[in-house]
Amino acid sequence: MPETELVKVHLKVKRFDPERDRKPYWQEFDVEMEESDRVLDALHAAKWYEDGTLSFRRSCAHGVCGSDAMVINGENALACVLLIREAGRDITIEPIRGLPVIKDLVVDMEPFFEQYRSVMPYLVNTDDPGYTERLQSAEDRARFDDTTKCILCAACTTSCPIYWGNESYVGPAAIVNAHRFIFDSRDQAAGERLEILNQRSGVFRCRTAFNCTNACPRDIKVTEAIEEVKRAILYGRV
Amino acid sequence: MKVHHHSYDAVIVGAGGAGLRAAIETAGKCRTAVLTKLYPTRSHTGAAQGGMCAALANVEEDSWEWHTFDTVKGGDYLVDQPAAEIMCREAIDAVIELEHFGMPFNRTPEGKIDQRTFGGHTRNHGEASVKRACYSADRTGHMILQTLYQQCVARDVNFFNEYQVLDIAFVEGRVGGVVAYELATGDLHVFTTKAVLFATGGFGKMFKISSNAHTLTGDGPGLLYRRGVPLQDMEFFQFHPTGIYKLGILLSEAARAEGGILRNAEGERFMERYAPTIKDLAPRDMVSRAILTEIGEGRGAGPNKDYVYLDLTHLSPEHIDAKIPDITDFVRTYQGLEPKTDPIPIQPTAHYAMGGIPTNVDAEVVIDAANTVLPGLYAAGECACVSVHGANRLGTNSLLDIVVFGRRGGQAMASYVDTVGHPDLPDDIEVDVRDRIERLKASSAGENVARIREELQEHMTDKASVFRTEESLASMASDLDALDARYERATIQDKGEVFNYDLTEALELGYLLDLARCLVVTARARTESRGGHFRDDHPLREDEHWMRHSLAYRTDDGVRLDYKPVTPGNYLPMERKY
Repeated sequence: MPETELVKVHLKVKRFDPERDRKPYWQEFDVEMEESDRVLDALHAAKWYEDGTLSFRRSCAHGVCGSDAMVINGENALACVLLIREAGRDITIEPIRGLPVIKDLVVDMEPFFEQYRSVMPYLVNTDDPGYTERLQSAEDRARFDDTTKCILCAACTTSCPIYWGNESYVGPAAIVNAHRFIFDSRDQAAGERLEILNQRSGVFRCRTAFNCTNACPRDIKVTEAIEEVKRAILYGRV
Repeated sequence: MKVHHHSYDAVIVGAGGAGLRAAIETAGKCRTAVLTKLYPTRSHTGAAQGGMCAALANVEEDSWEWHTFDTVKGGDYLVDQPAAEIMCREAIDAVIELEHFGMPFNRTPEGKIDQRTFGGHTRNHGEASVKRACYSADRTGHMILQTLYQQCVARDVNFFNEYQVLDIAFVEGRVGGVVAYELATGDLHVFTTKAVLFATGGFGKMFKISSNAHTLTGDGPGLLYRRGVPLQDMEFFQFHPTGIYKLGILLSEAARAEGGILRNAEGERFMERYAPTIKDLAPRDMVSRAILTEIGEGRGAGPNKDYVYLDLTHLSPEHIDAKIPDITDFVRTYQGLEPKTDPIPIQPTAHYAMGGIPTNVDAEVVIDAANTVLPGLYAAGECACVSVHGANRLGTNSLLDIVVFGRRGGQAMASYVDTVGHPDLPDDIEVDVRDRIERLKASSAGENVARIREELQEHMTDKASVFRTEESLASMASDLDALDARYERATIQDKGEVFNYDLTEALELGYLLDLARCLVVTARARTESRGGHFRDDHPLREDEHWMRHSLAYRTDDGVRLDYKPVTPGNYLPMERKY
């Protein structure tokens, strides 16, 4: 069972307030936490009881809503999934990279969602299905199961060195969401999506750094999904 | 503070399942704006796990009438039966429609939508559990949220993300507009509109042990209550039996549907004593009471004997990985246990508000005991009270509720806006919101809201949860007096415009305090036990006097109560045994 002993945790948080600051700076907090607490709980302790101006997004607090992706000790993670036990007593927290910082740990998510929307992330099927469900074998359903887990937290895309250097690259999350439909036996728009992903900003920008796979809090095999999309383009079939 | 003006036919507040489903209905029919204080995909619909019931009869015999019966009985007969009938009948089309929208349901060997058992859902009026829940592993809510959002992207729905609605204006007895606060800039936005649908979700953050997101603060019901709309059945709050010990994170009933068993410290499967027929799959109110009874009688586990176990250790590892991968991962992450070999410490967690904004079956808000419609005002999902859940919601019926009544609300709103002209909104409807914000920002000496919220949550979990008495509720009422007074003098540190969550959290606490007050007042008044509302000092259900819905109105002297009758149907009240 979780330990209940309090430990001292030292937080170092990258701050930036566009209304006050000309450039980012580090602020340090000392908070008392349990080992089984989340990094998010430590951020709350700092915000609620020390400095109310500290801003970060969060909602569900158990890794399903995708609000609180940040760089924790140098690596992308969800603050509500990483525990103090794993993060240690000295924790450095920065905003995710590659998206413009608005305030503190809050970045502009619009470019990310625009890239998501660019891959036609919805089922396309113009046949009349009638009044019953479309049939799909358990095997066909399993074919795209992994990529349905995506919560659009941007941890993968903002861990990608290609994305940092080239913001027009559509990024791993958009490819994951394209994969989810390209390999769905009910969908009829795989060709169009593959064409979108074959463009200069598309899937061949990927250099298989694997950062995305390591960053995914849902354990999606992101690099594998990207490779499957590359192969589908190269061999012209899914 | 800058003020921007917009004009739409319809505004939807909230972008979880109900809001998105309504938007799919109105998009293309009338100019619609969807306002959410989050991004749509962050909504708490995404945290729902186990399934969505519909009598498809894909794996065994079933009928929507049986589903209706279970819903009525599960709700301890406080359900408006015609509404439940509509929900259970339309559930079938709703699931099929989701499949057509691309929802990746689990499949049977024949390729149909697979179904599994769930708490309180039975064959032929209680004979045995029935396989009625359609599901996507244990992330059904996530898949519904994603699917509905995808359909909104396909339809180019107009979203205003991170816009928090803080007030509503009525003009000549109908809806005129809403006032929203833009998180990124601190600017105010006035939306003139003919109709508004609230779909803001629950308010479980008034409790300490809760499955709810930090953002579930009852903004919709809270702001409407302050504008004179009553709130219905606020005393009925559901405590889900299997929250992760201390954290409250939900472990779906799907764990028990897939074979999991609840055990006390002695290893006994205690639900056999409380619900001999369907045992661990009894409705949530009964299981939560059973757990706390076991703990109260000294059969709890752990050093403080304050939890029981959810035991999955007898299930095959492959079965666990295939059917309940997410919740078993939560156990690994947050408890450091391996659910394949370790029993899981659990305790009841505040989960779902049965009460909320009163509506009819078209999601039109009704504002009195005569069910008078307030033109242009709609509500759907957890923030609303139709009432299809009565005194206790059955598992999976929330996902059903949001899709069925989100759709009906969208349809009703789209036809309504064709029948009226644009309201003539006064110039200064944002004045109250501006005052509230400026007052908080101007305060310098004062208490921080976090401590007030923490005490609210602790006291509510101690005094107004699964078991209640006049004594505990009276004590909570005086706690609320003190907390309200402290809240009046509270201050915030962040005086800025950009992403000032210090400010929005303070505003949200105001709603939580008001809604907690409604809960406590209605719970004190209801001197009986029914569904999720259990009074130790009044342990029996009293149909003669209490077969009626409560309505709580805000007045300057506190909460005024009224009551309205339950709409009956085919099923006569009987003793609730399982």
